Amino acid sequence: MKNGANRWLLAVLAVLILIVVIGAIVLGAPDRRPDPVFGDKADSLAEVPQAASRARSPSWYEAPRENAWTMQLGDPSGSRFSPLSDISAANVNSLEVAFTFDTHNERGHEAAPLVVGDTMFVTTPYPNDVYALDLTTPRPTVKWHYQPVPLHASQGVACCDVVNRGAAYEGGRLFFNTLDGQTIALDTASGGELWRTKLAEINKGETITMAPLVAEGRVLVGTSGGEFGVRGSLTALDAGSGAVVWKAYSTGPDTDVLIGPEFEPFYAQDKGEDLGVHTWNPEGWKIGGGNPWGWISYDPELHMIYYGTGNPGPWNPNQRPGDNKWTAGLFARDVRTGQARWFYQSSPHDLFDYDDVNESILVDMPFHGEMRKVLVRPARTGFFLVIDRETGQVLSADPYAHVNSARRVDLVTGRPEVNPEKMPKPGRVTRNICPAAPGGKDWNPSTFSPRTGLVYIPHLNLCMDEGEVEANYIAGTPFLGADARMFAGPGGHRGVFTAWDPVARRPVWRIREDLPLWSGALATGGDVVFYGTLDGWFKAVDARSGKLLWRHRLSSGIIGMPMTYRGPDGRQYVAIFAGVGGWSGAIVSGALDPADPTSALGFVNAMGDLIHRTEPGGKLYVFALPA
Amino acid sequence: MSSRSRLSILPLTLVLVGCDREARDYRSLALQSHEPANAFGGNAYHLAQGQRLYGWMNCAGCHAHGGGGMGPPLRDDEWRYGGNMEQMVATILDGRPNGMPAFRDRITEDQAWQLATYVRSLSARTRQDMLAGRADEPANVEPPVLDERKPVRRVTPKQDDATEE
Repeated sequence: MKNGANRWLLAVLAVLILIVVIGAIVLGAPDRRPDPVFGDKADSLAEVPQAASRARSPSWYEAPRENAWTMQLGDPSGSRFSPLSDISAANVNSLEVAFTFDTHNERGHEAAPLVVGDTMFVTTPYPNDVYALDLTTPRPTVKWHYQPVPLHASQGVACCDVVNRGAAYEGGRLFFNTLDGQTIALDTASGGELWRTKLAEINKGETITMAPLVAEGRVLVGTSGGEFGVRGSLTALDAGSGAVVWKAYSTGPDTDVLIGPEFEPFYAQDKGEDLGVHTWNPEGWKIGGGNPWGWISYDPELHMIYYGTGNPGPWNPNQRPGDNKWTAGLFARDVRTGQARWFYQSSPHDLFDYDDVNESILVDMPFHGEMRKVLVRPARTGFFLVIDRETGQVLSADPYAHVNSARRVDLVTGRPEVNPEKMPKPGRVTRNICPAAPGGKDWNPSTFSPRTGLVYIPHLNLCMDEGEVEANYIAGTPFLGADARMFAGPGGHRGVFTAWDPVARRPVWRIREDLPLWSGALATGGDVVFYGTLDGWFKAVDARSGKLLWRHRLSSGIIGMPMTYRGPDGRQYVAIFAGVGGWSGAIVSGALDPADPTSALGFVNAMGDLIHRTEPGGKLYVFALPA
Repeated sequence: MSSRSRLSILPLTLVLVGCDREARDYRSLALQSHEPANAFGGNAYHLAQGQRLYGWMNCAGCHAHGGGGMGPPLRDDEWRYGGNMEQMVATILDGRPNGMPAFRDRITEDQAWQLATYVRSLSARTRQDMLAGRADEPANVEPPVLDERKPVRRVTPKQDDATEE
């Protein structure tokens, strides 16, 4: 008996010790794995394509003149490529600051400066000041300073920080937009105002943040306000007078959308009368969003412009049954008349704020043994789309980011196959939706190098939880109906810089970045690709391997777009804004509270550490090789 | 002075006396005499109504659930236009120049006080027995709890060995 009791005691003791030991290992022991370090090395995934199987610039493509950078995307094809090659992979590591220019503005600086000959034009976020800098003096001096003085109240209806994406130059005139919805033309010699045209009404939540594009004597401007139920529109203004030439809405009857006999969409679901009315709940189109606040590309041979429309309003999809045309899709229009030629909806009945406003880069490339005129775009949905730019047919759609909200894009119907598990339900929270509301990539433009045939994409790796509530339309207040909370996607990194081969439909290399990438990219003839991070690192990587060649810490986080030019002294310069902000950086520029996970529409939940890693402040940095 | 002119003075005098009557503001009298901040602030019903209005009036679209976004945070100790109840009510009803819209035509004054009561509960210590059992929004945030008004966050970047300019 006694022996038996002892044995029992021993067994119980052994089990207890085992539990304690396992518990200590699982709970108590510190995790000794080092924190992953992101951003300093590229994962090589495939070979750079051979010359014969590369995407190339369209036949009509003209590179930017060496001493000029006249539009935000560099040229009408939207490639953000410069053939300048003085700064190359071999010498970029000796790049140093040539000069800086402080804008005394602490909001998000998303623009790139422009350069024309001896002058640099710098635009700022709200209050949208413009500076002309004389580049011929040793330290650039201000030639003129123009203050448009937008309405103060416009700050209250700017969805994600009071940003501005810069100006466009043509024929001695500078065109830009103000937050309160005015397009302004300045005489670049004097800084005098030539005309201003009001295109938005802030009391309805309308603002303008995009950079205009000038094509065939027209200045093209799109509205913002997808978070306010603003009915989006694109307007063509006469570059000489500022008069409205045509205006195309993104929702409503065909006459408002400029859909006529020339409209030949590729897919069946886009054919029919007044679909901009019938694919909505009654009257829903009047407050339905579809704001073209992103990029416009222009094909001078086809006389076509390509631009995307933003998310439908409200975010809560249960309040707007139907495909919600013509939101969250891509329009091709005749720039002369504004008449639509085709439309492709990347996110029909959009569920997750997947605006389709990202850049379309126009290239020619081999497809099944035949050269096709296409446009390529890393869409918010997380799919890299290759679309025939004459017909609107989707040739390929492959995920370049982590996607679980859709399974694939059906190339027969053109529609994404939505994952039913991620469908938002009223009053419920849907967990782990990838990509999150800012998409696989947001507004910040990629770059295409005809030397490698690769598209370099600064993008995101974010997922989100989203709860749906009934939204109430009150003019001038947000029209959302969704509570989001974002976090890092698989791998724990929040940003990715991907070199993508559009012909082989695969990534060639990839750099995992700790923070979301919110800056644009620039590729050069020296086979160097530039981009910046939210904690202020300006980086140069090898266009072929992704190897980090050089980096420099700026005074604030980078959400601007790099550009390059040859200065009056004959040297090549590279310019970039520091100035954290935008949707991702609003936690710093707007001093938001990280304790509330839904701040900044849920982006703050993923950005709590940024407040210790950078500080606000707008400053232009211009780099050059040592003289 | 003739009796006739005396007669004509009489109505004039009556009118002038009428002018001197005390001014009465009937609509706001009841509130002001009862220290509205306390009347609304100490009341669970008003707090719950304020939370409901916060959702209905799309406050969360700009200010999130106190952390801010397009609009400033409502949990910290920085109040651009004043953080006491009267100032908050004025902000809600009449708007402010940097983008806060006016809600005077959308809600009553009492509802504005209820809203201010809820907004105040985001940053100031609120009595436990007043708080709603749960938040109105889908469970993405913690329900309102005992919470101190937070100090204004000052950005203090970490020192880095980077090549700083």
